[in-house]
Order: sequence, then structure tokens, then C-alpha cells
Amino acid sequence: MRLSWLPLAPLLTITILLLPVGAGLAGVLAPAFGWFPALGGTSLSLAPWRALFAWPGLSGAVWLSIATGLGATLVSLAITVMICAAWQGTRAFGLIERALAPLLSVPHAAAAFGLAFLIAPSGWISRALSPWATGWDQPPDLLITQDPNGLALMAGLVVKEVPFLLLMTLAALGQVPARRSVLLTQTMGYGRMAGWVLTVFPRLYPQIRLPVYAVLAYSCSVIDVALILGPTRPSTLAVQVLEWLSDPDLSLRFQAAAGALLQLALVMGLLLLWRAGEYAAARLGCTCVQMGHRMAQDSIMRAFSMVLALVAALAVGLGILGLAVWSVAGFWSFPNLLPDQFTWRNWARQSGGLSRIAIETAVIGVASVLISLALTIACLEAEYRHRLRQTNRVLWLLYLPLIVPQATFLIGLQTLAIGSGLTGMQGAVIAAHVVFVLPYVFLSLSDPWRAWDARQGLVAASLGAGQGRILWQVRLPMLLRPVLVAAAVGFAVSVGQYLPTLLIGMGRVTTLTTEAVALSSGGDRRLIGVYALSQTMMPLVVFALALALPALLFRNRRGVLDRG
Amino acid sequence: MAKGLQLDHLRITLNGRLLVNLHETVAPGEVLSVMGPSGSGKSTLLSVMIGKPDEGFDVKGRVTLDGDDLTGLGPQARRIGLLFQDDLLFPHLTVGENLAFALPAAVKGRAVRQARIDAALEAADLGGFAGRDPATLSGGQRARVALMRCLLSAPRALLLDEPFSRLDADLRRQMREFVLARVRAEGIPAILVTHDLEDALAAGGMVISPLGEIRQTEGSA
Repeated sequence: MRLSWLPLAPLLTITILLLPVGAGLAGVLAPAFGWFPALGGTSLSLAPWRALFAWPGLSGAVWLSIATGLGATLVSLAITVMICAAWQGTRAFGLIERALAPLLSVPHAAAAFGLAFLIAPSGWISRALSPWATGWDQPPDLLITQDPNGLALMAGLVVKEVPFLLLMTLAALGQVPARRSVLLTQTMGYGRMAGWVLTVFPRLYPQIRLPVYAVLAYSCSVIDVALILGPTRPSTLAVQVLEWLSDPDLSLRFQAAAGALLQLALVMGLLLLWRAGEYAAARLGCTCVQMGHRMAQDSIMRAFSMVLALVAALAVGLGILGLAVWSVAGFWSFPNLLPDQFTWRNWARQSGGLSRIAIETAVIGVASVLISLALTIACLEAEYRHRLRQTNRVLWLLYLPLIVPQATFLIGLQTLAIGSGLTGMQGAVIAAHVVFVLPYVFLSLSDPWRAWDARQGLVAASLGAGQGRILWQVRLPMLLRPVLVAAAVGFAVSVGQYLPTLLIGMGRVTTLTTEAVALSSGGDRRLIGVYALSQTMMPLVVFALALALPALLFRNRRGVLDRG
Repeated sequence: MAKGLQLDHLRITLNGRLLVNLHETVAPGEVLSVMGPSGSGKSTLLSVMIGKPDEGFDVKGRVTLDGDDLTGLGPQARRIGLLFQDDLLFPHLTVGENLAFALPAAVKGRAVRQARIDAALEAADLGGFAGRDPATLSGGQRARVALMRCLLSAPRALLLDEPFSRLDADLRRQMREFVLARVRAEGIPAILVTHDLEDALAAGGMVISPLGEIRQTEGSA
């Protein structure tokens, strides 16, 4: 029998996911307690913590992080549940489903910029209302985008997390007889939404629990969106940690490490709190069922949830349109809705640097996707050939890099990378991206891969085809569309990465995302428009290709796409 | 050595429950029908015969084909053709490509291979269908392509897993006659697994339950 490396694929994949997280945690733990020989820290001490707690902005930053994390997650989940409860199984829901892929592929930073351009005092909303409703003939002096309570930051997170949670919910809905359950409750006189929340949601939630945790952790520790929409002085804890980390005064790195650990503790604490909240919500639901209220009058709530869905989608869509208009705007006076002049100058001026950065972004994205795809297919194929079963624990491992805050373990990873001279290398950045791309590629591909009719493989085998031939000539071509969609999802994730590129690239590797976020402090909207729009278009084009290519290749093979 | 497919004291148990107990020889060109309700061990028998037994089953005895012991061989090496109730044509390949997939690589030369495929299609009354998308064929046409694909791989035996149950009555009779005629013409042993007495009787051979109880002896129908 031929020796094969395939059975080792799951182990290799888990190592690739866990090693960076573990090493990163170790790399942040040591300096947080004073150990950083390169900077003269050779003894353990609590000095970094004393310095951290002596910082006057700490409590403000911590509260802001907590409020953003909890607020954005609660609102995102509430909107997701309302949309599903009110509209699942209707035609309108089908439209929402179709809008998901493009919404998901928009990078967080671009969505945040777009939102900022909409709601800023000189943004489209204020222009649309001026001067007839507001009386403003110049932009008002209001702090809307970086408001001290972090509301804009929360909004920026919500518009991106709702599509993500919706997608996860849709995937989980396949395993719950939702429509029959709701119909049954309706025959008992329950309102559609009440019936859904009371009978479908409890069965569905366990399957979207991990994605919800990922949203909570992400919202609490996000950096790029917070730099664009979040308040300053104090900013969120994660932003502050990054600021200390990039300070020329290297001694602040100790304090940064302590802050990064505090960030981890915050996320853990919030997850525990959320877990407790799950029990409370379950009790509340049971009480509701006991009382038997039918809550049949839900037409207003249904309309309201559709409005919420529309607002969330429009905030992203109009925001991107705003980026596009700013990128070709010449002089644009307030309160005109459109620029006074249009010009390609903003693009022409940037073309050299832009194309170089775009190529670097694409190279990193394609490389990390190819690695992730190869590992994912190897794992799934090993599972199929050797009849391994995925356990719940494996799912947790996949989600670990999405739940442990980037702001914590990437800082440790950077410390280690500096020590080994790996920073600033494209290869190191690609490796860091794989840690985040791989879980998404795996989650996206595993369901269609497992749903493939194994009898097709059996028939091919009985016709004399070996395992390799079955994989390359039967399974992969039949699964071409889900494979390409998974690749597109992974590519979008890679393009959207800010912190891994920044910390591991050390400024020597730049992508459209790091460039766009770096521009945010400068406030040149035309330039931001150029970079943020490029950042949006790249994953969108890849998504379009992922959908168009199988349709083109299999235009005369109806049976392939009917199944995929 | 005896020609044909031999189930040599084949006993399959799951957690002590006997599911299959067969000792039979199927001669070339003959069909043995194994009949029983679902859950009676028919699919277990199939998975053991093709070399992909499910976990947890205890298999005693052996399956031999023209005297060769098949024990331990995977489905690739057994050369036992399979027909399911679904045609399972590969949807990303044309009808002709589906057949080419099955034709052994030892058949060399483009023209020779094409001629074999065309001949197979002719034999199934599907001349000129090589370039068609399988999804555009009718159910009966697809079933015939699936059979020809199976036969082109030059199987030494045939396993038929309820292959007619998805077809309506008229088509069912035609397809049954077509399959049985091909089995006789190719001179290969076949096992038909079914829950349908009419299908089992029409096969013309012995009808037996998975536990070896004889329902109908050859020719007495």
C-alpha cells in the first residue's frame, strides 16, 4: 500500500491554526510581565501593569470597548433574528439572501469609510437635508462620525456583522424544519415572528453560537473600523494598545503587552457574560411559552425589521457609492448632492502606487487562499477516505483564531517575528493571513463537500477509477462552484485584513486596506475614495468571477449547477 | 475453478444480529434476485460485495469471482459494475464523456475508443447522443446510458440495486428486458437487489431473501 500524507492533513491544519495563536499568546504574556530581553527586560515584574493602570484613559477605553462589543453584537443578532423571524420563506427573504454575498465581500474598512461619508456633517445625508430642512449652508460643527459614545463605531460594525450572522443563520436553517414549525405555531394562532422566535430560534442558536462569539470578540477588539469611526481620547482599548505599540518610545511596548492581555480578559469576560445571557434568554423564552401569548399582531414589527434590513444594506451600498463619487470628485461645494466637477485626476495621480499596492494585495490574497484551499480539501478528503468524523471540538479549533482577539495574539506574534527577523517579509504576511482565511474557507466549503453524493464516488470506483482520479475528475469538477465561492470568501477575508498586514508587514508590506486606513487620519476624501473603492472592487470582482466561471464552463451541463 | 460469482458461506452480523446468510453461486449470464423489505440487510450485502463495508459489521465467509477471492480488495480492483436506482451520471461530463470515463485506458487510440462509445450508444438506441448534456435526457435514456457506462468498464459481475424503482411501469418493463438481455449477451453473473416481487420474478433466476430463504426457484415462475 502506498504511503500517503493525506491522513496527516487535519493535524497539519490544526497546527497551522493553533501554533500562531499559542505562540502569539506566549509572545504577549512575557513582555506583559516585564520579560523582553531585546528591550532590556530581563526580570519578571508587574511594572507594565502598574503603568497600564496608571494611564488615566484606561477606564474610559475599557468601557468603550465593552459597550461597543456588547452593543454591536446585541444589535446585530437582534436584527438578524428579526429579519429571519419576520421574512424567512418569503420572496422578500430570497432577495435578502441574494444581497448577502456582495455585502459580505465588502471589507470592514471600506464599509466604515462609506458609512462615515454618509453620516459625516458634510456627508450625503446632511447634504440631502440641507439647506431646506436643516438650514445649514455649510457643514455643521458636529462630532458625528467619531462620537465619544462610539455609536458610529457600533453602526459601522452592525452593518457588516448582520450579513455575516444572516449567512450563518441561513446555513444553519437547513438543518431545522423551520417552515413547518412556524406553520404549526401559526395554526395555533401564534404570530409568525413569535412562532419563529419561540420554536425555531432555540434549535438554531446552538449552531450559530460560535459565529456570534466571533462577532462579540471582533466587535470588542476591532482596530481598523475603530480608527475610522471610533472616538479618540479615549479610543477603544485595542486602538490604544496599537498606539503604544507604534510609539517611538519602545518602553511602551511593555504597557502595550499588558493592555493586549487586558483586551483578552475583556473578551473572555464578555463571552462569559454572554453565556449567562443565553441562559437568561432561554428562561425568558420558556416563561413566554408558559404564558401562551400568541403575539399575532406583528405586521408593524415585520415592516420594521424589513426597514432595518434595508437601512443596513443601504448604509453599505450607498456608502460604497459615496466612495466612488468622492474618488472622481473635483471641487464639491456644500450642500450640493453631487460634485461640481468630475475628474479622473484623483485616480491618475495614484495610478503608479495604487497598481503596485493592488498587485501586492492580490498576491497575498491569492497565495493565502491557495494554501487554505489546499489544506481544506486535503482535510475534507482525508475525512471522506478515512471516514473521520468532525467533532464539535474541531469546530471550536476553527473558530479559535476568530475568537481570540487579533489585538492580543498578533502583538505577541509580532514580538516573536521581530526576534526571528521574519517581519516585513511577504511570506510572513501570507502565513499570518492563512490563520484567518483558512477558517472561512473551511467553513464555506465543508458543507457542500460533505453534501456531495458519495455514490458518485462509488460508481466511479466501480468503473475502475482510483481515489485521485475520482477527486480530480469527478468530485472537484462537480464541486467547482462551491470551491470557487470558498476561494472568493477567503480572498475577501484576506483583502480585508488590517492588523496582520500592519503588524507582521511592519510597514514594508502594504495592502489596499493598510493604505486606506492609514489615509483616514489625513482626511483626504478623494484619496480615501480611491483606495477604499479599490479595496471594495477587488473581492467583488473575484466573487463575480467565482459565480460566472462555473456558469460559463457548465452552460451546457445543467445538472452540475442544479445541485451545487 | 467455478466460473461466476460465488457467495461462499457469507454471513454478515451487526451487534450479534444476523443480517445476511448466503451460500450461492451465480453462473455467467444468470441473475440472482435478493428480495426483502428495507432494513433487511440488502444494502449491507451490497456494500460488502463492492468492497466498502460499513463500520461495525462483522463479515464472515468470502466472495469469489471466477474463483478469485475478492476479500480485502477495494471497489476499484473488484471490477463489479454497479447500477443504482438513480442513474448517477456525472453531470459535468457529456454522455460520451461519461462512457469514456468508464472505458478502460487499455483501449487505446482515439478512433477506437470513439467507435466503442458509439457502438454502445447504438446498442442502447441512443445513436448520436455522445455530445449531449445528460441533464437533457429523459429518465429512461439516462438509465440506459448508466447501464452502458457500467458495461463499458468491462465488469466481471453486475450488482443491480433497485435499478428500476424510479421508472414508471412501461419504462420499467422495457428497461428490465434491456438490462437482462445485456446481462445474457455479455455473459456476466448479476445480483439484483429489490423489494419488488415483479422485478425479482422477471429476472428469471432464483429469488432469495438476504438470510438465504428461497422464495422462488429458477424457472418455476
